[in-house]
Amino acid sequence: MQAMIETLLNGLMLGALYALFGLGLSLSLGVMRMINIAHGDLIVVGAYFTSVAMELTGLGALTSLVIVLPLMFALGWLAQITLFNRVVDRGPLPPLLLTFGLSIVLQNVLREIFTADTRSLHAGDLARRGFEVGGVSIGVLPLVSAIAAIVLLGATHWLIGHTQLGRQARAVSDDPSTARLVGVDDRRFFAIVTGFIFATIGVAAVLYAIRTPFSPSAGPERLLYSFETVVLGGLGNIWGTLLGGLIIGVAQLFGAKLSSGLGPFFGHLVFLVALLARPQGLFGRGA
Amino acid sequence: MRVPLLELRQISKRFRDTVVIPDLSLSVAVGEFVGVIGPNGAGKTTLFGLISGNLTSDTGSVMLDGEDLTALGADARCRSGIGRTFQIPQPFQGLTVYENALVAATFGAGLHGEEAAVQAVESLARCGLHVLGDQLAGSLTLLQRKRLELARAIATRPRLLLLDEVAGGLTDGEVGELLTLVRAIHHSGVTVVWIEHLVHALVSVASRILVLAEGRVIGDGEPDAVLRNQDVRDVYLGSDLDDEVHHAPH
Repeated sequence: MQAMIETLLNGLMLGALYALFGLGLSLSLGVMRMINIAHGDLIVVGAYFTSVAMELTGLGALTSLVIVLPLMFALGWLAQITLFNRVVDRGPLPPLLLTFGLSIVLQNVLREIFTADTRSLHAGDLARRGFEVGGVSIGVLPLVSAIAAIVLLGATHWLIGHTQLGRQARAVSDDPSTARLVGVDDRRFFAIVTGFIFATIGVAAVLYAIRTPFSPSAGPERLLYSFETVVLGGLGNIWGTLLGGLIIGVAQLFGAKLSSGLGPFFGHLVFLVALLARPQGLFGRGA
Repeated sequence: MRVPLLELRQISKRFRDTVVIPDLSLSVAVGEFVGVIGPNGAGKTTLFGLISGNLTSDTGSVMLDGEDLTALGADARCRSGIGRTFQIPQPFQGLTVYENALVAATFGAGLHGEEAAVQAVESLARCGLHVLGDQLAGSLTLLQRKRLELARAIATRPRLLLLDEVAGGLTDGEVGELLTLVRAIHHSGVTVVWIEHLVHALVSVASRILVLAEGRVIGDGEPDAVLRNQDVRDVYLGSDLDDEVHHAPH
């Protein structure tokens, strides 16, 4: 019984991290109506950035976020004004093609620089720490990353509801051409949004790389988890994304308990079943 | 002579093989109230698109107060002082009425914090919408949406206001209210160009009428003179126009 509770808790904590993966995808879909196929590869890029930053500065994995976050923001901003702004507003296909190409380029550049070997980030002492509650052991690191993910999701939800940036996001997402007619410079705004998305990718990248090794080809798998999370929760709903992430996380870990290689498979299976029952996502509005 | 507020120099627009506006030049002075009429497909809404910048002209230039706006996008043109409403109101449905006006005041008029809030509330109040501030814009009635369309446009503090069929689909009483409102906006110093099918409504407020047909100006001048013009009467098949003018509710 305690083992079951432990698996459930670990699944929930992993799932919160998947929700953080999904946040960026959900935002770019919601605000810019574009799907970023390179999302998973960017999670891997963030992990490599952190790895390099740790080597160069001697900082720990979490503290190196001080460097990685601004770097990812700048990268997102730059990607939007040089690449993505050329394809937003042109229907669904051009962004898919562009980011698919970007995904291939990123994977190959990473392989060229870092070889195809897997790496992992070491969180040092923190990774081994844990505590017990009623016979159930909880790792400090998974707990910290789950809390960080939920705080970030909550902060984003609040930003969208209560700030000028959020109003801008909702107006542009509602009707981009009308937003321009009341003076909103959507292209400049998109650069800020993508900067923010890349920064959330940076956080997710570090938290995930601490627990899971990565290699240049690990991106598509991460993209898949992000996608399942967003679609399962229902598009455009941050709390839905959180719930979607939690479900996938729990399904994966219970699956892995049955047979160690079957974790991701069970995640996909639950996704499939849930989608058959509710094609619009758990929190999505009816079609 | 003063620089006109709006000046179009030989603009043209085609969509694929259809030339909607072959070659149009036009100027509007500060403080004018111009009514634009013309049959369906005359290019009236296209003309507004070219002025407001959500369409780009194939040739020619668009000047506002002597400044060349041709290369600017719709957002920059709005910040330069062009406000526009749509025939079919396009509120941001997921935002509240207040937020709709606030976005316009923040980005269109470039106001911040308290100033933007005041501008938004004032614009809503002028259009009689301040009591609905907290409602989602998607829940408004047609008349309320038309009013919000206006409120949002004036919240951007335009020098030139382009109104596209704001009176369409409303009852006579509602049209009357709207006329009063637009007249007040014009009196506050905003230059107005108004496209409207309800000719009688336009004639009662406009100081100048412009008639478009097939993308060309076929009549331009004081309302009475323009409506007596034979070319204009031919386009409107004569009797229609008399009915329109003489059955005015006022």
